[in-house]
Amino acid sequence: MRQVFVPLLAIVIFLLFWEALVWVNDWPNYKMASPSDLWPAFWRFKGLFLTFGWETLWRTVVGLLIAIVVGVLFGMIMGFSRVMREGLYPLLVGFNAIPKATVVPIVALMFVGQHDLNTVLIAFMISFFPIAVSVAIGLSTLEPEYRDILRSLGASKITIFWKIALPKTLPEFFGALKVAVTLAFIGTNLMEIVSPHGRGLGALFDSGKTNSDYPLMFAVLIALAVLGIALYYVVVMLEKIFAGWAERSAE
Amino acid sequence: MANIPESKTGDGDLIVIDGVSHTYKTNTGPLPVLDDLTIRVPRHGFSAIVGPSGCGKSTVTRLVAGLMKPDSGTVWLHGECVVSPRSTVGMAFQNPVLLEWRSILKNVMLPLEIVPSKLDAAAKERRARDLLKLVGLAGFEDKRPSELSGGMRQRASLCRALVHQPEVLILDEPFGALDAFTREDLWLTMHRLRAEEPFTGVLITHDLREAIFLADEVIVLSGRPATVQYSLQLPDTGPRTLDHLYTSEATETLNVLRDQIRIAREGEEAGQ
Repeated sequence: MRQVFVPLLAIVIFLLFWEALVWVNDWPNYKMASPSDLWPAFWRFKGLFLTFGWETLWRTVVGLLIAIVVGVLFGMIMGFSRVMREGLYPLLVGFNAIPKATVVPIVALMFVGQHDLNTVLIAFMISFFPIAVSVAIGLSTLEPEYRDILRSLGASKITIFWKIALPKTLPEFFGALKVAVTLAFIGTNLMEIVSPHGRGLGALFDSGKTNSDYPLMFAVLIALAVLGIALYYVVVMLEKIFAGWAERSAE
Repeated sequence: MANIPESKTGDGDLIVIDGVSHTYKTNTGPLPVLDDLTIRVPRHGFSAIVGPSGCGKSTVTRLVAGLMKPDSGTVWLHGECVVSPRSTVGMAFQNPVLLEWRSILKNVMLPLEIVPSKLDAAAKERRARDLLKLVGLAGFEDKRPSELSGGMRQRASLCRALVHQPEVLILDEPFGALDAFTREDLWLTMHRLRAEEPFTGVLITHDLREAIFLADEVIVLSGRPATVQYSLQLPDTGPRTLDHLYTSEATETLNVLRDQIRIAREGEEAGQ
């Protein structure tokens, strides 16, 4: 009960504060739209919000899934082989250091018109780094004693991976996945906003901008927040199922 | 040390470490740790290995477990040359290394998932439960390791080392991180386990009282590179009570060993 009520109350207080702020300062809605302007904006474009929201969501999720596969793969390679770690790490850091906003036009040019592919690609590129690093660190910092326990019984490397290395890395993996979810949304929206004739919530945001429909822009922000929260809690739920043991009770 | 006659291994000693030398390659150059080390442990014997810190005691356990190969010399188990890990060995370390995502029971059963066994699932579980009961952990089978105290975790770790009925039990300072009372409790548990199902044991320890309380033979290693400096056969081999540690004989034995450790450390300092 409290777990639902307290966050809801916090949201209501936040909205009231926002409304009051706009009202007290008497801001016009091109400076800052107030929550009461948002609902009409949602309602007017409810069809678009649904279809574009879905587009943004599935692209983000697909990008994220690819990021998980590639990230875990890279993480495993770097986690198990020191040579590979030393070789790949600077490369990955450099790749990650490039602001993805600058990659967006390059990708858009590379695959002109492939809007879905481009968007998924950026979502993937922006979010796989934390996953790769966390898996690599998780695997490479596995205490040798853990390995020895199984190795001394003649267990194979694969058995050691499944029984010890993988489960032991799960908490780090889920920590990184929570970061990756937020990043993937950034990636999806960057591409949706920049692409001409794009689709998705980013494109809706962009059309709000071109039409000076400020309440619509704010409404998109809220919709993105809602999607972000939903996906984040899906990850939290998966974490509870697969790595719940890492959570110590508070006493 | 290439031509060791086969007969060397056949005379009742279960573990034979025969003329083993080993040098680690480190960033700062070669680091010799073992120098022509020879140790024999008879079947169902229990040897404690003591020596200055960092003299290569843990290397000995890794050699016996087959986790590494020596530069020269041979380790024999049961008359077979040890070249790779074998499932007839059980290990416990100072850190109990229990898997946090498994219950205590599942932790103890881990070796049974790897070692080929004739037991069916129910028998395996019964075996693990019996062991846990023997060390006083009945009722904790479904707890997570994080819910147990350090001493209890170490008990569970001992159960895991023994669950597949290994011929050889290797203990690398298993009680080093425990408080004095818990440690004494676990010493008694060790005797109980040994009486219940005999194994051949090698115990690495820094605690001389622990060595003379648990072992049949105490081996003092010299400073690095380690070789056997002194070995002492203890008069009692069976179960003991803690009172035993407070007799004048025990004090005398401890003094002899303490002297040997001092000599080992002086030798090491002189060598540096």
